[in-house]
Amino acid sequence: MKSLDLKIIALLCHWCAYDSADAAGRSRQDVPPQIREVHVRCSGQVDPAMVLKAFAAGADGVMVLGCKPGDCHYRTGNHQALKRMRLLQQVMAATPIHPQRLRLDWVSAGEGDRYARLAQEMVSQVKALGPVDAKGGM
Amino acid sequence: MTRRILIDPVTRLEGHGRIDIRLDEAGNVSHAFFQVPDFKGFEQFSVGRAAEEMPTLTQKICGVCPTAHHIAGTKALDDLFTAAPPTAARLIRELMHTAFIFEDHLLHFFYLGGPDILVDGDPAKQNHNVFGAIAAMGDTLGRQVINIRKKVRAMNAMLGGSALYPVCGLAGGVSKPVDAKMRAEIIQTSTDALALARQLLAVFHDKVRKKPLYKEMVGNPAFNLSTYYMGLVDDNDRVNFYDGRLRVVTPDGRPWACFSADQYLDHLVERTDAHSYMKPTYLKKVGWKGYQDGPDSGLYRVGPLARLNAAKAMATPLAQQEYERFYDTIGHKPAHNTMLYHWARLIEVLYAAEQMVTLSRSQALTDPHVRTLPTQAPTSGVGVCEAPRGTLIHHYQTNANAIVERCNLLVATQNNAAAICLSVEKAARALIKNGVVTDTCLQQVEMAYRAYDPCLACATH
Amino acid sequence: MAGPPTIALYWCAGCGGCEESVFDMAEQLIGVYEKTRIVFWPAALDARSSDVEALADGEIDAAFINGAIRLDEHVQMVRLLRKKSKCLIAHGTCAHMGGVIGLGNFFSSKQLLACAYQHAPSMATPKGPLPGQGADTGTTRHPLPGLLPAVLPLDRIVDVEAVIPGCPPPPETMAQVFDQIIAGVLPAKGTVYAHQKALCHSCPRRDTRPERITVSRFKRLQDTLWDPTVCFLAQDLICLGPVTRGGCNARCISANMPCRGCFGPTTAMDDFGAGAMALIAALMADGDETDYEALIESIPDPAGLFYRYSLAASILGKGRRP
Repeated sequence: MKSLDLKIIALLCHWCAYDSADAAGRSRQDVPPQIREVHVRCSGQVDPAMVLKAFAAGADGVMVLGCKPGDCHYRTGNHQALKRMRLLQQVMAATPIHPQRLRLDWVSAGEGDRYARLAQEMVSQVKALGPVDAKGGM
Repeated sequence: MTRRILIDPVTRLEGHGRIDIRLDEAGNVSHAFFQVPDFKGFEQFSVGRAAEEMPTLTQKICGVCPTAHHIAGTKALDDLFTAAPPTAARLIRELMHTAFIFEDHLLHFFYLGGPDILVDGDPAKQNHNVFGAIAAMGDTLGRQVINIRKKVRAMNAMLGGSALYPVCGLAGGVSKPVDAKMRAEIIQTSTDALALARQLLAVFHDKVRKKPLYKEMVGNPAFNLSTYYMGLVDDNDRVNFYDGRLRVVTPDGRPWACFSADQYLDHLVERTDAHSYMKPTYLKKVGWKGYQDGPDSGLYRVGPLARLNAAKAMATPLAQQEYERFYDTIGHKPAHNTMLYHWARLIEVLYAAEQMVTLSRSQALTDPHVRTLPTQAPTSGVGVCEAPRGTLIHHYQTNANAIVERCNLLVATQNNAAAICLSVEKAARALIKNGVVTDTCLQQVEMAYRAYDPCLACATH
Repeated sequence: MAGPPTIALYWCAGCGGCEESVFDMAEQLIGVYEKTRIVFWPAALDARSSDVEALADGEIDAAFINGAIRLDEHVQMVRLLRKKSKCLIAHGTCAHMGGVIGLGNFFSSKQLLACAYQHAPSMATPKGPLPGQGADTGTTRHPLPGLLPAVLPLDRIVDVEAVIPGCPPPPETMAQVFDQIIAGVLPAKGTVYAHQKALCHSCPRRDTRPERITVSRFKRLQDTLWDPTVCFLAQDLICLGPVTRGGCNARCISANMPCRGCFGPTTAMDDFGAGAMALIAALMADGDETDYEALIESIPDPAGLFYRYSLAASILGKGRRP
């Protein structure tokens, strides 16, 4: 499978991350085409079921981006994300789906270059792991 | 022309099996093979699991003997965490386990292998099953057996959550004490169990032993295997299901070994058979000589007949009387005829009921103190008990955080694996001659394994 | 249906516990036998696979299949039973979600076999072939069925009309299902024979559950003495009652032990483990990243705990839907 075929779902919170993706686009940053952006209200809206649905639907990686700690528009939403995603990564470590296929990170509104860098890093990471193969091993 | 007879699947036991018999040109048996197509990999997928989950996790090896796994696993945790259970906890565990063996033996006698010797007539009529057994034994007795199992299982549910899935085992204790009200129920159930056990043995002597097929098979050397025998015994070398040392006797009854379960690796080994998932075990110091019996073969047997053979006596008076009657009748000890497993099983039913009565009246049973907390970091633990079908050993190695790093299980029927294969082969060779294959021949070939009360999910895990 | 309903009961990679749940119907089982025609039930009756092959398609009204799909011959058998049956019922947790057997999906089939048949400390033949390897492929012995690359729940192989959850299901529920079939009513597609709501709602300790539970560190069973009347989660012990379907009569709770989720998820969640993770995350006390790491560390084997019964049904256990 070509690396161009890898699919990485990026769940972007409305108040910071989605705006940073927008900023990256406006300033023509290099955002890899494997990234498929999904707009959510808050990173705290993302629960483990949503991430697993993404993998079940064919994603090879899932990136969750929210506001930096202390900056969450809903005050504690990014803390919910942190609790859930850290727990999910710990669970994934025992399973055939490598925990590095899930990344949680923070970005501020307007930080287009940071968004692009995080996206590039994620794609490299998933490329190194290869595509998810539900039958044989991941 | 060579001919093949395939019994697929084997029935009225736990687990998957098939018997593949090949006849040569003359119509005699050239191969008779008992294959077990059953495997799950518990020993591997237990790695990474939290130790405290193991008594309920390993219990999923077998839903017919979950209590045995639960007990062996719980005792392995006692050893792993160096936490000895208080007296009340030990009593609760032994009571639950002994009661379980009582009712599970009755499951076999009534639902599984027992109908072979309870129901007369043409096996092609397909009524060698629990429904035929009820008809043969009479509706009243039949329903009494069903009812006592229900009561005993309800008692175990009261102790451990569910007879289908007991959960009360903890390192150093149990989760729930017994109060006075529970004790009253336990005493009543145990008393009823004892009454029925005595009645069943009387029926067995009066009716079953006199049946022509049973008499013929008990006297037929085709169903004899001259093997070593192993079982748990207490300090007085009497049968005990919960704890003790493992005693092994030779085919002619001499003591061969007596060891505590944590020494099992010095005495018991297993091997792989490429054609089946069941791993036969054998005595290390005698060695593997193939599927054959005799003093030079390390093949040994476990379960009711073996336990009686390996012990010197029973620990309760009525069972002891029956034990003496058993060997007086047979005329020698050890007894080698596989059909005698049925009889030995009922003697164990009687012992179990007597032991339930004794434990139910024990002063310390209602002591509320049922937990000892561990004080040492875990490394390794071995737990043993007698499951209904034979010796059961759980061996866990963990890291300091009590996560399992290695799990080894020697499970009951697995100890009988080689004997079961050999019994089937021997019966087939003796009964099928010159191309004559009747339903009765094949019925007896199946009776040769059913007497063991095999649990193949256990044997393969 | 005209005449008594035709029934079959079969086990794949099971343990006999689901058979026991039927035997535990006790006297009621006699009534079922009298009012049905049981054509195949290896645990209790002497019919063979060839008897099933000889039936007409759809001749079986309801087939109860328990056990997970582990070996290739399980696939063959359930496809055969599907063909011969009007209705298939996934009987028990293994058929429903893969069950405990599904924990095998943390490993490859090769690893499972090598551990048992080569690396066991009691193994005398560590360099010997694995079962099925280099074996006679049928000349003198029946070939040995092989392991599938992963354990699967029943509905990944065949269409299933109904599910009876539980490891094993309660005998009362089994009796209810048989009574319905005897009355001439086969389950409608999608029937689940359990409560709609989570166990928490019917738990005997429900009234002791506080409005808000926050946990700074989870405790482990062997190190802890707990109050036998109070909610486990309120005592920092993990209980999966809030995310598990009810219907078991809280049998483990009544033994003073917490729920481990054998009845599977409610309709709120497809993936049981996802629900369990959401529950645990919601209980975690607020703090910083280091606090959350320590809290997560206090759960030994979260993957094995949350997916104990359902790994084979989850994408995390190779359970992607076809």
